[in-house]
This record gives sequence, structure tokens and C-alpha cells, in this order.
Amino acid sequence: MIHAAGVVAQVVDTEWIGRHLDDVRTYTLEHLLLTGLAVGIGFVVAFPVALLVQRYPRLYGPVLGLAGVLFTIPSLALFVGIIPFTGIGIATPLTPLVVYTLLILVRNTVEGLRSVPSDVVEAAEAMGYSRRRRLLRVELPLATPVIIAGLRIATVSTIGLVTITVLIGWGGVGRFFLDGFARRFATPLLLGIALSVLLSVVADFSLLALQRLATPWARGRR
Amino acid sequence: MNVLGGILAWFADPTHWSGADGVPVRVAEHLGYCLLATAVATLIALPLGVILGHTGKGGSLAINVSNAGRAIPTFGIVLLAFLVAGAGLLPITVALVLLAIPPILTNTYVAVRGIDRELRDAAEGMGMYGWQVVRQLEVPMAMPLIMAGVRTSAVQVVATATLAAYVTLGGLGRYIFDGLGQRVYAEVAAGAILVAILALAVEFGLSKLQTAVTARGLRSTQRDDPLAAKATAAPA
Repeated sequence: MIHAAGVVAQVVDTEWIGRHLDDVRTYTLEHLLLTGLAVGIGFVVAFPVALLVQRYPRLYGPVLGLAGVLFTIPSLALFVGIIPFTGIGIATPLTPLVVYTLLILVRNTVEGLRSVPSDVVEAAEAMGYSRRRRLLRVELPLATPVIIAGLRIATVSTIGLVTITVLIGWGGVGRFFLDGFARRFATPLLLGIALSVLLSVVADFSLLALQRLATPWARGRR
Repeated sequence: MNVLGGILAWFADPTHWSGADGVPVRVAEHLGYCLLATAVATLIALPLGVILGHTGKGGSLAINVSNAGRAIPTFGIVLLAFLVAGAGLLPITVALVLLAIPPILTNTYVAVRGIDRELRDAAEGMGMYGWQVVRQLEVPMAMPLIMAGVRTSAVQVVATATLAAYVTLGGLGRYIFDGLGQRVYAEVAAGAILVAILALAVEFGLSKLQTAVTARGLRSTQRDDPLAAKATAAPA
């Protein structure tokens, strides 16, 4: 243990980290801002699209096919490729981030709604629920775990992708990468990687907790 | 319009299609990095997934570790490996292998674990030993899902191998980084388009390979990837 701690102390310059806590705070906030905006906007767009696909099942194939093709475009290419159109403002990192979340969120929201057992839907119908009330009171609550699973994947993916945006002048905690690389200094690189993983884990657990809160009826079951 | 015209002009320029910086060479380099990384990742993840799925021990732990691996920022790993190991194939390969392992491992484990108990019992009833069950029943049955995992990994690897150019190597990322450095956006966009086309081509090629390596009896009922939603990790 003491030996391991010694090795870490040799590789990681803790004093340097201590002097850069302000950067840690600023970069983390930027990371959270980009992730929150991307997933938030992505969800606001993906939700109505998913409802539309659920209502008109014929759209399912084309919408998911398009999503699959868009997903093969490398993020770096998209980030850099849209600079001529979006300039260097926040729209440049945000647009590709939103696009990637859309693909995950539309698919999971549709799959969530589809996973609602048909006999439950029929029972609601037999009880005289209108389409709108059935959606709000029966289908959406039952689809919540799958929808939140989509939000978790989208959020963890986005946190990773934000580090790439350092190449176009943004980056969140990814800003430490270029700093460490330029000076051939491992501490900022390790710090950036650790912070990125930490953010992913915290975000994932928070969303899991949200799911527990949002689906109290499922708590008794494992 | 200006931007589109510039991109078309880039592709029309014959000097971009020959020599050490020509498209064919860059595509070959790019595919080389991807093939190496995907092959190494498969050699690690496939046997591991089969063993875990066959024995059923430590599986969920491995899957959780593997899923957590998706949170690792690939760009950071490339740069860190470059600082540690210096120039060469190692940094990009390490990073791409780490990226490629989770989908293959998860899919292989889930596929082998999910094989009908009755089929296993039947195989044992026919007198098959453990490794015969693995070779003749479990791997063939799991093949469609395993290949779906390899496909997911390979497409991500093709997209991410652009980062190789950042650590002195070649590949299609050269166009993107060189264009970015010289503010020639047509070259950047051309590189981006080439990577996207290559990713789609790899996806298509592997879907053909998937059909070819799937046992004939399973082809008609080919299961789609139930983990697809989970397998779409960060396209870095």
C-alpha cells in the first residue's frame, strides 16, 4: 500500500493539482453545462419524435435507420466539419452532442413505449381512458425505466464526447488533456481522465436514483 | 454553396488521390490501425466472454467493469499512452482496444449465458465434454450476437482511429488535423466524409460477414441485438 502510494505520488504531482483547483472547478462546470444542455435539448426534441413514431409505427424503420447512419459519423469529424456553418460559438460543440443524444433517446423512448404490455393498454382502453390520458397515466409511467436507461446512456456518452471538443476550443475537463500533452506532463492528463470518469459515474448514479424516485411502485421488486 | 464547392474541388483534385498523402494510402493506413485494434480486442474479449458465459461465474462483475469502461475518454488515453510509450502504433492501439472490448465482451457473455438450458442438457446428454459444448453448441449459437458486438466495436474504432493522426501517425485523421491546422476546411470536411463512408462500408462488410459465419440453421431466425441500445457507447 505504502509502495503504491509512493508510485502514485511520483507520477501524479499533487502539488500541481492543488495549485489548479480553480481550473478543476471551471472546467467541470463547463463540462456539466455542455452535457446538461445537450441531453436536455436532445430529450426535448427526441420525446415528441418518439411519440410520433409510437403513434405512426410505419415511421419506425425509416427513423431508426436514419439514426443508425448518423451514428456512424465520427464525432471529431462532425465537430470540425460544422465549424464553417456554426462558427466558434457554443453551437459548434452543442450541435453534434445533441445529434448523438437524439439517436439514443429516440430509440430508447420508442422501445420503452413499445415495452408496455398490450393487455395493460387494452385494460386502460376498456376503462374508457382517452388516448391522451392513457399515454400520460399508463404508458409513460410504465415506460419510465427504459426512457431513463436511455438518458443514462446518452449522458455517459455525452460526458465522454465533451472531452473531444477540446480540439475545437471547448472541452470541459478535456482541456487538461491538451495542457498535459503540450508540456509532456502526465498529471493533467490523469486528472482529466479521472474527472471525466468520475463525472460519468456520478451522473449515472444520479439518474438511477431519479429512476427509483420516479417509479416508486417498482421499488419493492429487486 | 462555397463550402460544398470547396469540398467537391478537393475530391476532384487528382493530386489528392496519389502519393504518400493520397486517399488510397490514408484509407489503407486507417484500416490497418482499425484491423489491428479490433483483432486484438476480439482475441481478448471473445474467449473471456465465452468462459464467463459458460461458467456463469464473475459474469455480472465483468460486465459492470466493462460498462464502466465506456466512460473512459479515449482521447485522454491516446495522449497518455503517447506520453508513456512514445511515438508508434502502441498509443492508438491501446486506446482503440480499450474502446472495442466492452461491446464484444458484453455481447459474447450475454449470448452464451442466454442459450437455452435444454440445448445444453441435450448436448451433455449426447456425451459432449465441456469444451465440445463450447465449440459445437455455444459459440455457433452465440455467433450472431458476438458479431453484432464486433460490428458495434469496429464502427466506433473506425470513427475513433482519426485520433491516430494527432499522435504523429497517418490515417484519414491526417486530413482533419492538417486541414484544421491550416484552416483549410474543405480538407477537414473531405476527411470527415471519407471516415463516415469508411465506417458505413465496414458496417456493411461486417454484416455480410455476420451472415457468412452464422450457422445455416440460425440464419432465418437471426436474432437482432437485444443490447443494441446499450451497445451504442460514445462514438468518439
